[in-house]
Amino acid sequence: MAKDRTEEFLNTFKKTADFVKELLQENEKLRYQIAKLQEELKSYKEKGVGVDAHAQCIAKIAELESEKNEILNKIREVEAENKSFAEKYIEVEQENNNLANLYIASFQLHSTLNFKEVVQIIMEIVINLIGAEIFVLFLLDEKSNELTPVATEGIELTEVTNVKLGKGIIGKSAKTGENYFSDIIPMFETFNQEAPIACIPLKIKEHTIGVIAIYKLLVQKSTFNELDYELFTLLAGHAATALFSAKLYTESERKLSTIQGFIELLTK
Amino acid sequence: MAKIEILVVEDSPTMRQLIVFALKRLKDVNVTEASDGVDGLKKLSNKQFDLMIADINMPIMDGLKLVSLVRQDPKYNNMPIIIVTTEGADEDRKRGLALGANAYLTKPVQTTQLLATVKELLKIP
Repeated sequence: MAKDRTEEFLNTFKKTADFVKELLQENEKLRYQIAKLQEELKSYKEKGVGVDAHAQCIAKIAELESEKNEILNKIREVEAENKSFAEKYIEVEQENNNLANLYIASFQLHSTLNFKEVVQIIMEIVINLIGAEIFVLFLLDEKSNELTPVATEGIELTEVTNVKLGKGIIGKSAKTGENYFSDIIPMFETFNQEAPIACIPLKIKEHTIGVIAIYKLLVQKSTFNELDYELFTLLAGHAATALFSAKLYTESERKLSTIQGFIELLTK
Repeated sequence: MAKIEILVVEDSPTMRQLIVFALKRLKDVNVTEASDGVDGLKKLSNKQFDLMIADINMPIMDGLKLVSLVRQDPKYNNMPIIIVTTEGADEDRKRGLALGANAYLTKPVQTTQLLATVKELLKIP
């Protein structure tokens, strides 16, 4: 009985000893782990990782954020530039078209020395390129100092009378050589020769040879635009030169045939 | 590649030249000119066109008569037609489109507008 109890005690003691031994081993392992972790922590601290890493991440985010804003600003700048280029392109395209119109008008005006054809071309330009519905082309008779209507559109030539130089809007425009534009374009009711909406004197240098008086624009056109003023400037100079040259050429042709006829008579 | 054939029927040489000048800015386009409706019909019978631009007020045969005759020809049933005219009233526009024109532009015409209409009707970029 006593032997059994001794054996039991020894077994219990042995188990306790084993348990203590295990605990000691475990303790040793944990110590080792702690030492390792302390070592790692030390190394991280040396590298600056740890508490500072959070601050560094925040700084990095702020830096990226500012970089993103910079890129967005650049995109906005490029977009604005694109828009400005697109607007410039439209402007250039418009200018190009205007120049084409001016070139063709000028080319046509100087394409003939036939007086009637030049008059016809002036009428075409005013109808098709400016968009006038009723207008009169006057030429100055230097002997009588009167403006005589030579061609009309939208009204019969017989309905238009001569205008004294210096008299009324047309006469004054011819005398001063200055363009006239009505401040407002009123609703057209009836033809009133004294009330044109625009007068363009045709001049060779400072010498006026005629006037284009516009009374009504086409229904789809409400006012004059930038190109119209350019065309008026072109007409003022080029139409005058073309008319004058054609007139001189026609007269010289007539004189030439008279002289030739006279010579033929003399030599027969 | 075959060129796009365009017929311009316009009695005013100035206007005709302006339209031709504008059309020549398009790639692979060949432009034929006619000075009135009869001349236009003659040119249409000699060659196949892809598009026609016509004025209304013309001597001998006006543009509206031309458009209605062209539409009666099965060869030109589907050819796009653009009217370019000084006649800007609504009833004129309706009449032109009812006769078979695909577009109705009024003078003074902006060449950018004309070119955009041509491109749209011919479906070219």
